[in-house]
Amino acid sequence: MFSKEIQNQVNNLLSRYPFKQNALIPILLLAQKENNGWLTEEWMQHVADCCEVPLTHVEGVVTFYTMFRLKPPGKYHLQVCTCVPCCLVGGTELLEYTEKKLNTHAGYTTGDGLFSIEEMECIGACSYAPAMIVNEDYHEQVTIEKMGKLIDKLSK
Amino acid sequence: MAEETLVLFKNIRNPKYSKSLEGYKKAGGYHTLKKVFGMKPEEVVQTVKDSGVRGRGGAGFPTGLKWSFMPKGTGKPSYLIANADESEPGTCKDRELMLKDPHLFLEGMMIGCYAVGCHHGYIYIRGEFFPAIKSLNTAVEELYADGLLGPDPLGSGFHLDLTIHSGAGAYICGEESALLDSLEGKRGQPRVKPPFPAVSGFNGCPTSVNNVETLACMPFILGDDGVDAFKSFGPQNNSGTHLVSLSGHVKKPGVYELRMDVNMKDIIYGIGGGIRNGKKLKGVIPGGSSSSVMTADEVDVLYNFDELAKIDTMLGSSAMMVFDEDTDVVQLLHRITRFYAHESCGQCTPCREGTHWSRNIIRDFLNGNGSDEKLRRLDRVGGNMLGTTLCALGDAAALPIQSFVKKFPDDFRKYYANK
Ligand SMILES: Cc1cc2nc3c(=O)[nH]c(=O)nc-3n(C[C@H](O)[C@H](O)[C@H](O)COP(=O)(O)O)c2cc1C
Ligand code: FES
Repeated sequence: MFSKEIQNQVNNLLSRYPFKQNALIPILLLAQKENNGWLTEEWMQHVADCCEVPLTHVEGVVTFYTMFRLKPPGKYHLQVCTCVPCCLVGGTELLEYTEKKLNTHAGYTTGDGLFSIEEMECIGACSYAPAMIVNEDYHEQVTIEKMGKLIDKLSK
Repeated sequence: MAEETLVLFKNIRNPKYSKSLEGYKKAGGYHTLKKVFGMKPEEVVQTVKDSGVRGRGGAGFPTGLKWSFMPKGTGKPSYLIANADESEPGTCKDRELMLKDPHLFLEGMMIGCYAVGCHHGYIYIRGEFFPAIKSLNTAVEELYADGLLGPDPLGSGFHLDLTIHSGAGAYICGEESALLDSLEGKRGQPRVKPPFPAVSGFNGCPTSVNNVETLACMPFILGDDGVDAFKSFGPQNNSGTHLVSLSGHVKKPGVYELRMDVNMKDIIYGIGGGIRNGKKLKGVIPGGSSSSVMTADEVDVLYNFDELAKIDTMLGSSAMMVFDEDTDVVQLLHRITRFYAHESCGQCTPCREGTHWSRNIIRDFLNGNGSDEKLRRLDRVGGNMLGTTLCALGDAAALPIQSFVKKFPDDFRKYYANK
């Protein structure tokens, strides 16, 4: 199920741990990336086989960690931090603005599948707050104006 | 006026610095590692003990002592795991190191591996840190290509592998025993201690878990005259510089490298440029969201482990969150308790229930349903979490609650006084 390049990464990961199960979380992350940002039962079964663990174990792990998703995210996944330092300097307002502008709520995807929003706990960029992650990129000292422009740009 | 003291940030603050292996070597990098390979591992551990360095991950435990607990001759492999989970709200200093000077941290980690006899070290990094993961991946690839990692680094014959392991989003995985479960491919739930990781850690083998910044201190400590210089940066028992993540309502938030004898006032008003928009200081959360809050009257104090412990709070991960007079502390505490309610792993009843109850009680205040009785109850719910859980998350949730209630009672009363 993995593309050739990713399969190489999977094999490399499996070789770097004493037990195959140890590589479970990094491999699940690769699987999620392969499947456009979310995991299906089929993918979980596949990873379970790679790591030689039961599917129920994989499901237990997947539901424990916030980065694993069981439904598809938008093409642009906006992860807005509202934790303490961010909330002190406007993170909450930024999230509210984003929800309003996209006419949806954190935890949901827009009808056209372009955007999804997630409210984040501290993402480790507090001195550059308010901060957010778009897919894999950090955006720092985000203002409402910057957010508006970014969304307009990505919508085109 | 307070200014930075550059040890860990010496390269980062140099505008001409290139973080590549070549750039790091040009700046004197991997020189100390070569020296260390000529020492006995016990000598390395003793030097680290002599330096007095205490862990920068939050607990401040002496690193040399931790390494000396690693048993030898068990017939099992020993492991050193770098804790790069950095998820304590307010903290953003390890990311800075990994993004901007990955080799400094990696050299420190390699020194640590040699000291504890670890031939395969793992870097457990939080999954959201994509740019830092890329930066580390590139650096580790450079090391393998150069032969600094692999069978024979610098002709030492000390086989050493490093693997970057991505987590997947869970604050609790910063706690070292939960981290180990997560690294093994499980849900990240804290373990019953003892046994401590030194006895039974990763896959049941002797393990030392060390914070990224702690490890990044090693090239300096093991360098020429490193111990004396390191000790000179702070009062006894608080040696070295530390990376301070300054955030909130200051004019110049940022990550700054400071000695351990700098006054908090100077950090807020000097380094941080004072409170923005001409406002007055109301309080500071001094050591990550898990530490007890301080009022504006309390900030005339040296910012280090022992001085903060004396006034019943803690240095934690050196993350200072500053808030001004307009801040609604009830809302602030609500946001903090929401964090802990979300991040409790659910294993221990006092924490699983207590974090939710406290959040609900605070929400009552916000909704206009506060009372003296509820304020006392909030304090009690906090107290019931203190020291009653397997890991320190219970304490971490309790300390802010109890300190906010104690230090800002009038702010809570405002919510129900006029009813
Ligand atoms: C709930 C909780 C979260 C923690 N999160 C982190 C973290 O993100 N990074 C870290 O280095 N230590 C964290 N710690 C501390 C670790 O358990 C451990 O003490 C530390 O990694 C040891 O490294 P040090 O001695 O170098 O500080 C956390 C502890 C607790 C109880
Ligand atoms: S609180 Fe938003 S990055 Fe730390």
